[in-house]
Amino acid sequence: MNDSIVSYLSQFPAYKSFVSAMSSAMGFDAAGIATLLVFFVACFVVVNVLALVGGLGTYAERKISADIQMRQGPNRVGPYGILQFLADGVKMISKEDLMPRNADKFLYTVAPLLCLVGVLATLAVLPFSSGFTLTDLNIGVFYLLGVSSLVGVGIFLGGYSSNSKWSMLGGMRGASQIISYEVPVTLSILAIVVLGGGLSFGTLVGAQGGLPHEWFVLHNPFTFVAFIVFFIGALAESNRAPFDLPEAESELVSGYHTEYTGMRFGFFALAEYIEVFVLCGVAAALFLGGYKVPFNLGTGEFLVNTLNVGPLLASKVGNFLQLGSFVTKTLLLYYVVIWCRWTFPRLRVDHLMVICWKYLTPIALVNLVGCAVWMWAFNGQSLFKIVFGH
Amino acid sequence: MSSHSLDVYMPIVILMSFGVVMLFGALLVGKLIRPNNPNQLKQTEYECGEEPVGVAWSNFNVRFYLVALIFIIFDVEGALMFPVAAVFKKFNEIGEGGIVLITFLLFISVLLEGLVYCWKKGDLDWIRSFQGPVTGPSTDNDKDAK
Repeated sequence: MNDSIVSYLSQFPAYKSFVSAMSSAMGFDAAGIATLLVFFVACFVVVNVLALVGGLGTYAERKISADIQMRQGPNRVGPYGILQFLADGVKMISKEDLMPRNADKFLYTVAPLLCLVGVLATLAVLPFSSGFTLTDLNIGVFYLLGVSSLVGVGIFLGGYSSNSKWSMLGGMRGASQIISYEVPVTLSILAIVVLGGGLSFGTLVGAQGGLPHEWFVLHNPFTFVAFIVFFIGALAESNRAPFDLPEAESELVSGYHTEYTGMRFGFFALAEYIEVFVLCGVAAALFLGGYKVPFNLGTGEFLVNTLNVGPLLASKVGNFLQLGSFVTKTLLLYYVVIWCRWTFPRLRVDHLMVICWKYLTPIALVNLVGCAVWMWAFNGQSLFKIVFGH
Repeated sequence: MSSHSLDVYMPIVILMSFGVVMLFGALLVGKLIRPNNPNQLKQTEYECGEEPVGVAWSNFNVRFYLVALIFIIFDVEGALMFPVAAVFKKFNEIGEGGIVLITFLLFISVLLEGLVYCWKKGDLDWIRSFQGPVTGPSTDNDKDAK
């Protein structure tokens, strides 16, 4: 059981010799410093890769929307326009930085920061694979729900501080929408926690298997509905269409970031795209088996038993397979999110609240009761296991 | 890992500081290359090309407070259910699942009762409409109706 990337790495002899070399060079036990160093490098890699994913997300969004609407999409910068996001970034950095004269200067600066920090902090517990998880906190899911609320605060402050009516309306809508949809999301995650028996992502993913019938989404009818509730709630929490009322351009100009220019706006957009990836990752981890690979390929047991590979090498290969499995599922969900954006019309604000409080919340509550009763009545066995007996 | 138990929280601090560095780093780099010639018009708020009227910080609809209040109740109860949900499986394995289930269901029924109460009171309706006999001074329209 790895509870962080350091404990995964510490099983390799290279890491041990690295630590001992550092200790002898510095004259004291350098294990703590080595831990810090490894965490720093790992976080650096994760942040950069995710920033790239966020950037490519904007490109993918435009390409897929073009595909859906039978257009070309960006095709000038680089092959097939793939460098478009870099051009956008350069443009945003070189734009003049305007701040409304009557704005609350401190909050105006802090708002995109809160969005970005809230999203980046969720990356700490995202289970990329059993070894490559930055840290597998024992309160993982709870932590994720808490930290991702910072995004809502950032959006509200962004709308409030600009002192523009459009921003204010967008910020208020954003705040009420995000907090409302947090309730069904929390309740549908609770249903999974009941079945998984723990709050850490390691436990919850570990309770599932590699093949679809071992995933929580097909565990029983209630979890299937919980997945749909979670997915709708996640769309609303990340302000993605059809729930993009805080930035509805046909009514609110561009909502909470109307007054933001250049890179400040860029960070709002970046935070949104990374958040979509994170929420898709959470959906994949909790419902779609996460990093599990079929036939024990991920743990390396298969490689050790059949091909006589050394256990350490097998564990490395297995971790990369797990990473591939997780990323594939997440990107497929990402595609579905973009697909939803370009096929569904935007909701009306009163319908939004009705869907959340009168449909999703009662459904999620019933699901929770159903999962708890299922857990007690069938001892946590999946429907497939009960029907087919294995 | 008991002596290093706080180590696992290190990435959170590192990631958050990366966020701060990214934002202010990009703004600092931008400061070197971007133009800076502000004028009165650029610094007004956008109001569709008209002169802005008043400030945006005025009273807003009370519905938002209601949503926030309902959210707080539900979120706190959801947070309190997490520990019970987390240990449910362990209790089930040693055959004590029934008592946990009853506790759980009791708690959920309180939550459900709150939802039903809000629903009945009409607090879940975004557009409130007043139904019932009109009390208070009658208007000209009422007289016409009679």
